[in-house]
Amino acid sequence: MTESTGTPTVTPAGAPLRQGLGGEPRDRAPHDDLPVVFEVGDLSAYYGAFRAVREVTLDVRQREITAFIGPSGCGKTTVLRCFNRMNDLIPGARTEGTLNFRGVPLYGPDVDPVEVRRRIGMVFQKPNPFPKSIYDNAAYGPRVFGTRKRSELDAVVEESLTKAALWDEVKDRLRDSAMGLSGGQQQRLCIARTIATRPEVVLMDEPCSALDPIATARIEDLMQEIKDEFTIVIVTHNMQQAARVSDATAFFSTEVNPESDRRTGVLIEFDRTETIFSNPADERTENYITGRFG
Amino acid sequence: MALTTIGSSGEAAVQGSVAAALRGRRADVGGRAFELGLLAALLICLLLLGALMYSVLADGLPVYTERGWDFLDRGLSRRAGRAGISQGLIGSFWIAVSVVAISFPLGIGAAVYLEEYAPRTRLTSFIELNIRNLAGVPSVVYGLLGLAIFVKAMSGFAGADGVDRRTLAAAGATLAVLVLPIIIITTAEALRSVPQSLREGAYGVGATRWEVIRTVVLPYAAPGIFTGALLSIARAVGEAAPLIVVGAVTGFSSRGVGLSMGNVLDPSALGERFTAMPALVTAWAKLPQEEFKVDNTAAAIIGMLVFVLLINSIAIVLRNRFERKRSL
Repeated sequence: MTESTGTPTVTPAGAPLRQGLGGEPRDRAPHDDLPVVFEVGDLSAYYGAFRAVREVTLDVRQREITAFIGPSGCGKTTVLRCFNRMNDLIPGARTEGTLNFRGVPLYGPDVDPVEVRRRIGMVFQKPNPFPKSIYDNAAYGPRVFGTRKRSELDAVVEESLTKAALWDEVKDRLRDSAMGLSGGQQQRLCIARTIATRPEVVLMDEPCSALDPIATARIEDLMQEIKDEFTIVIVTHNMQQAARVSDATAFFSTEVNPESDRRTGVLIEFDRTETIFSNPADERTENYITGRFG
Repeated sequence: MALTTIGSSGEAAVQGSVAAALRGRRADVGGRAFELGLLAALLICLLLLGALMYSVLADGLPVYTERGWDFLDRGLSRRAGRAGISQGLIGSFWIAVSVVAISFPLGIGAAVYLEEYAPRTRLTSFIELNIRNLAGVPSVVYGLLGLAIFVKAMSGFAGADGVDRRTLAAAGATLAVLVLPIIIITTAEALRSVPQSLREGAYGVGATRWEVIRTVVLPYAAPGIFTGALLSIARAVGEAAPLIVVGAVTGFSSRGVGLSMGNVLDPSALGERFTAMPALVTAWAKLPQEEFKVDNTAAAIIGMLVFVLLINSIAIVLRNRFERKRSL
């Protein structure tokens, strides 16, 4: 198993083997008593015959922010999109291995992807508000799930916009088009739209990559605000962002498949964020975070 | 480093050459010629359309100034001065209604299924390719299809047996089939223009496929769908060949044509023998009398143009309304 994953079997003396390798007992930090939300074991994701990412093993814990970092094409977004079965929308996409959400296999035979996405919301790289009013965007999820009463919708809209740190800016123009907002406001509106259905988990796929530093800082602040309520998994290209906001960090990289000459993503290291950034176990992680590659 | 040692005289020389390079742009002959060629193409198109409009208006307008409402109100007649286009207008109106009633639901439904539900297989792309080809089939072929199916095979389609079945309903159904591929293609293209990110946004909060289509995809695609659908009415209303094959009345006599201004909105018109604007224009243009061949034909063309323009303006108004909603 260790040979095939390409993960180093030889670690620096004294450094614990942090990544769970094929069910090996893991080195547990005190955070380990937090409940596991996602249990990922040997997860591989395919697009048709192409294996985009292989044999990922990690745990996402409740009310933590888990960051996925790594260079382009390393499969971090693919793994994230497996977490709420968003990859089902891509023809030919499939997974192998274990992916449990609260103990239930997400790709189990009776699992309804729509119910999965209700509990596991997603915020996308490019802000994608609907071409409707700000109010209708925030109320979209609750309406789809059958909330019709005006007072309830009003309450949910105010609550989710407040949590998304947008309420004060838009409360006087809820009927205006969401398309008139700035990029950062649109992304916060998308976060409001996602949390309005009260999901357990919020997946964020490079939510700040289209935003300027001020808008980015606002979203990072808001992530800290809402992490008491939601488990967050964030994919980011920005290592500083991962270091600033996350509790646990997974570093992905790519390796070239010698047979097909195609790149496959692979999880190099998963650990507490401070360990990844101060004392990484793998040389490749260190090279990446110190800017020597990627 | 080297540049600073050149000194002020060298600097002036550099400045001079830069100025020359910036100002001394050689004449862009190719670009100018291209632009003039494009302008010529536009002017030729306008000239041709202008000549067409002029000849139609010059011949046709006097009929309206002389006879006014009378020309719109009267039906087929042997005498040019008593012939009118009322039956043609009614026929074209019901053809438009048939297209709305038959092709809109069928065509839009088929396109939504093809784009949103059908798996992307070789079969579906084969079907899509064939629908594209069908849109290019000459209209007279659809006329023959209509004759075979709606007139001959479906006896009693619009009336009891023994009744002449070359009815307005058969013509409406034929033209509805004619524009089906156009509606399917334009609807499919409108659906394809909906950004994937919007669909993902809706799926991402846990909407079902039907909810995504109803709340996000269709509202976004609506302007495109409506534009295509309404333009297809204009197409159906302007087709002459299928009407003649299906059996539009093109003679002199109003006898046999059951349409009159009295029953414009009466659906029983669908069971009657019929004529329509393009059929009238075709028939009159073939007649030897100048009053028919020139004046009445041109006047009927004006009537048809106004009718089609009316439909197109409704299309534009509706599309603008939907687009306002979309950008809300």
